[in-house]
Amino acid sequence: MRSRNLKFWLLNAICGLIILVFAGMHLASFHLDDMMALVFTNSTEPLAWAQVSARGANLAYAIGYVILLGTALFHGFYGLHTVLTEVWSSKRAVAAVNLLCWLGGLGMFAIGTAAAIYFHVML
Amino acid sequence: MKGYTHGSGIFAWLAGGRRGFEGYLYLLHRISGLALLLFLMAHVFLTSTRLLGEEVWEAVMATTHHPVLMFAEYLVFAAFVFHALNGLRLVLVELGFAVGKPDRPVYPYKSSLDSQRVLMIVLMIITGVLIALGGFEILKFPG
Repeated sequence: MRSRNLKFWLLNAICGLIILVFAGMHLASFHLDDMMALVFTNSTEPLAWAQVSARGANLAYAIGYVILLGTALFHGFYGLHTVLTEVWSSKRAVAAVNLLCWLGGLGMFAIGTAAAIYFHVML
Repeated sequence: MKGYTHGSGIFAWLAGGRRGFEGYLYLLHRISGLALLLFLMAHVFLTSTRLLGEEVWEAVMATTHHPVLMFAEYLVFAAFVFHALNGLRLVLVELGFAVGKPDRPVYPYKSSLDSQRVLMIVLMIITGVLIALGGFEILKFPG
């Protein structure tokens, strides 16, 4: 049990570092686009439909999106699990929190992945 | 032990205790993490609207230019920057970096927190600078 917890913690830390790099790049290019345009001159309206479609049609981008989504959801729901089991630590509560986090995480992953796949196929 | 223990639940978050400032960073780390998880879920639904076509997408994007939502976007940005850099600090400290060398416990005892504090200060200054820079970009309301 302890070794499983340690593995989950380690995976959580690795996911955190991946998110730091890739979600950081995502945030910079999508939400700080004017500032990025000063450095990267080819940075153009990343949320315009033409750009969104071009990224959706790119298989590598769609795969990258799904991987980043899974990483972020694991990190997020692991954190939520830690917080909730600290507050409610009885055996039954921990089992309920486990179920809630797995269902929530997998559900969101399924929605995000389905959207990425359908959009890629549509284009 | 007097004060907040594991059994104090969520109220234990409010007490920095012997951890001092780092204790409050812990509180902020959790709040920002929970806020980011909520945002991530909303983000998945919002970006899924691209499946409904260009018109719906453009309409959804237009609503995000509302000043209240732009401010919310800025809060998400600030939460991300803080959570990422504080998380980096936690991982570095957990792996034994920037905690100082082990020493004999001679009175007056030194706390490992004193050695870690430099890393914390440097990362929090970077956090402040990035949050300020993000404010210039995100909070420029249209019109």
